[in-house]
Amino acid sequence: MAERADTAAEKALLRLEDVTVRFRDGQAPALDAVDLSVAPQEVVCVLGPSGSGKSTLLRVVAGLQAADTGRVFLEGRDQSGVPTHRRGVGLMFQDHQLFPQRDVGGNVAFGLRMHGVPRAEQDRTVTELLDLVGLPGARRRAVAALSGGEQQRVALARALAPRPRLLMLDEPLGQLDRGLRERLVVELRRVFGELGTTVLAVTHDQGEAFALADRVVIMREGRIAQSGTPLEVWQRPATEFVARFLGFDNVVAATVRGGSADTPWGKVPVPEGTPEGACRLLVRPAGVRITTATEGLPCTVTARTFRGTHVTLHLRPADGPQLEAACALREAPEEGETVGVTFLAGEVVVLER
Amino acid sequence: MDQAVVLARPEVTGRTRQARGAATRLALMALPLAFFALFFAYPVVAIVGRGLKDGGQWQLGRAGEVLSDPDVLHVLWFTVWQAAASTGLTLLIALPGAYVFARFEFPGKKLLRSVVAVPFVLPTVVVGSAFLALVGRGGVLDGLWGVRLDTSVWAILLAHVFFNYAVVVRTVAGLWSQLDPRQEEAARVLGASRWQAWRRVTLPALAPAVAAAALMVFLFTFTSFGVVQILGGPKFSTLEVEIYRQTADFLDLPTAAVLTLLQFAAVLALLAVHAWTVRRREATLTLVDPARTARRPRGAGQWALLWCTLVVITLLLVVPLAVLVERSFAGPDGYGLTFYRALQSAASMDSTFAVAPLNALWNSLAYGAAATLIALVVGGLAAAALTRRGGRLVRGFDALLMLPLGVSAVTVGFGFLITLDKPPLDLRSSWWLVPLAQALVGVPFVVRTMLPVLRAVDERLREAAAVLGASPWRVWREVDLPLVRRALLIAAGFAFAVSLGEFGATVFIARPDNPTLPVAVARLLGRAGELNYGQAMALSTILMVVCAGALLTLERVRTDQAGEF
Repeated sequence: MAERADTAAEKALLRLEDVTVRFRDGQAPALDAVDLSVAPQEVVCVLGPSGSGKSTLLRVVAGLQAADTGRVFLEGRDQSGVPTHRRGVGLMFQDHQLFPQRDVGGNVAFGLRMHGVPRAEQDRTVTELLDLVGLPGARRRAVAALSGGEQQRVALARALAPRPRLLMLDEPLGQLDRGLRERLVVELRRVFGELGTTVLAVTHDQGEAFALADRVVIMREGRIAQSGTPLEVWQRPATEFVARFLGFDNVVAATVRGGSADTPWGKVPVPEGTPEGACRLLVRPAGVRITTATEGLPCTVTARTFRGTHVTLHLRPADGPQLEAACALREAPEEGETVGVTFLAGEVVVLER
Repeated sequence: MDQAVVLARPEVTGRTRQARGAATRLALMALPLAFFALFFAYPVVAIVGRGLKDGGQWQLGRAGEVLSDPDVLHVLWFTVWQAAASTGLTLLIALPGAYVFARFEFPGKKLLRSVVAVPFVLPTVVVGSAFLALVGRGGVLDGLWGVRLDTSVWAILLAHVFFNYAVVVRTVAGLWSQLDPRQEEAARVLGASRWQAWRRVTLPALAPAVAAAALMVFLFTFTSFGVVQILGGPKFSTLEVEIYRQTADFLDLPTAAVLTLLQFAAVLALLAVHAWTVRRREATLTLVDPARTARRPRGAGQWALLWCTLVVITLLLVVPLAVLVERSFAGPDGYGLTFYRALQSAASMDSTFAVAPLNALWNSLAYGAAATLIALVVGGLAAAALTRRGGRLVRGFDALLMLPLGVSAVTVGFGFLITLDKPPLDLRSSWWLVPLAQALVGVPFVVRTMLPVLRAVDERLREAAAVLGASPWRVWREVDLPLVRRALLIAAGFAFAVSLGEFGATVFIARPDNPTLPVAVARLLGRAGELNYGQAMALSTILMVVCAGALLTLERVRTDQAGEF
């Protein structure tokens, strides 16, 4: 078992071991003993609120920020003492940082020139990449004349051009409008798939992370709170922090006893095999069923938000904290109505403390 | 809210990286440090030591005597207040000019930019004479309205503004033209009036450049020599003039040494204040292409400002130069080329001139080019070392680079003579002696011009280049250099100009058969006779034309290059 773990670690394209970064003595570290590995061709998205250390993580991997302790391995080789320009990684900055004095072509070709790629090949790669990011013929344009979305594409093409073994993206779609973001997420996945790129992205936007990533890593105050596929994380948030960060607010203290839990909302069924004892409990909005006022926990509807595919209800129960429920449009009660609530065991998650 | 565009930067705490940074910085600083130790500290310390030592004993009592002398205190007081007044007056007159040059596009702008820089490179003695011819007895104003200013301090102040207008305009406009106007627009949208937007957004961003310019102007006027000597008469005297009198006229080296130290201490205090203010105001700015920020003036107010600036430049800068040119053609038999013809032969001169005065032109050009090269290398390395914010050591180095501007040029020149005369450093007969001394005053210009721009380059642009595979050297070449190319060319222009105009030190060390233009002019002015005076004016005119030509070429290079990116 230990042997297999070793080979998996060796195969990892990027591995961080116990990396700690402290900007000022006496303050909480920006990164606190972080262990993380990324397999070749994997797309990993680090998700966390601002100030959780995401960007610092990328800067440490790029060698722009030295780690106080711990090590960074790329393809199994320790990167301590390897300067940024020899690490062979790409980084797309949050605000692009295109070179203002060069045109689009000059920006995209920059990394190729640094690596001594012959002129003809530079030209070919630049043309290919500009096609790939959907900006054919933009070569001679000044970067100042580009829109935000176009700048983002140029920044992506520039980062991809030297064929980095690891591409890192800092809030890749941060400043774009919604339609463009959704289109670009699809395009990015296609591009990464076509090129077989290994990607480490950071974002504070869960939609972006879930759409982009094979694996999501959630960070909190410099530590990794949870790691898993988007589906795993979405279905089984590990802690109350993760649950709340993902937008789940139906979290209460509970005591599990004999197949159900005692909560301020009354008895809530729990999945089979849940260990007994005190815990925190999450009920996903989809697990809050609206019934008639005579059945289950009586609640008043305080707000009703139309979400397109469903309606989100805010419910004030007679006892316990406010509840959020998702229900189909045609079944949704009006504001101010009194309804009854029951819970579905399949949508209940017991959280780690 | 004073600092509108400060970007917090995480401080690097990793030990190895810090150590590597320090090592790089030391390597970059090595050459500038060696240069300053050898060609500045050593000569100055040696001559001060010679003045204050008698039979191997320090004679410190002498210092007390000199410092309690009421005459010396009077000189000190005058030196300080005239420098402050000159600086204030220059800023008042030149800041609107800087705005005009930074933000307005108008026909003849390039030509005007060069015209403005010409006074700065003229030898002080020539400027003194030109102002005397303008506002002195029998001068143009005296002839027209009977107005004479040569007995008042106004002549000195105006001459100082004449000299330093370009310092403020070039230093401040260089940065101003690259400030993103949208910053001000953002402030306007947030409810700031035009004045508030300027006061709260633009001024803080410009502060480092304004402070740098003000410091330079103060240093120049504080150590003013030629202008005060000619226009001040017996009534007004600065420390530098007093040092020269004590050294050259009375051969009183001890008094000269004490005064040198006094001036040195004053300059040190000044630089400390400057370093403190700069540290408080450093900010990372968003720079944009100057071509995008300048546009034709709009509205009566802007046109009025442009015209006011043109009138000020004409009255203050062009008229004295025009008088100079007029005098160079006003021969004994009416206007003609008499004085210019005389420059071509050694025969018409005193026996002290072994060669034709015109040879001084070629000497000056060659010396100036060599001095510029030295100043660019030394100053460029220093600026690169200072770009990254560092500890106390770096700030000390920053201040050290400014010292040559504050130390008496007379002292430096004399110090060169008594120290660089023994092996292994026997440079007495070396051609490089003059360029080395001239580069000394050029380096501070290079550093002062380049540093604000270098520091304003966004660190993340450098990081972006590094991630794309650029080594630190390539990063400098690919990111910093293109962004600072303008600043570099301006720095080169300044260094060349001050080298051409340098007088205080060169007069001591230039060989009699290889005079520079200012030295030749001074020699001609020192001799009686209309022919000598006319030749001095002719030679000054040539110097002026050379400088204007050089600066115009520089402007052209700049525009051509701009098309490249």
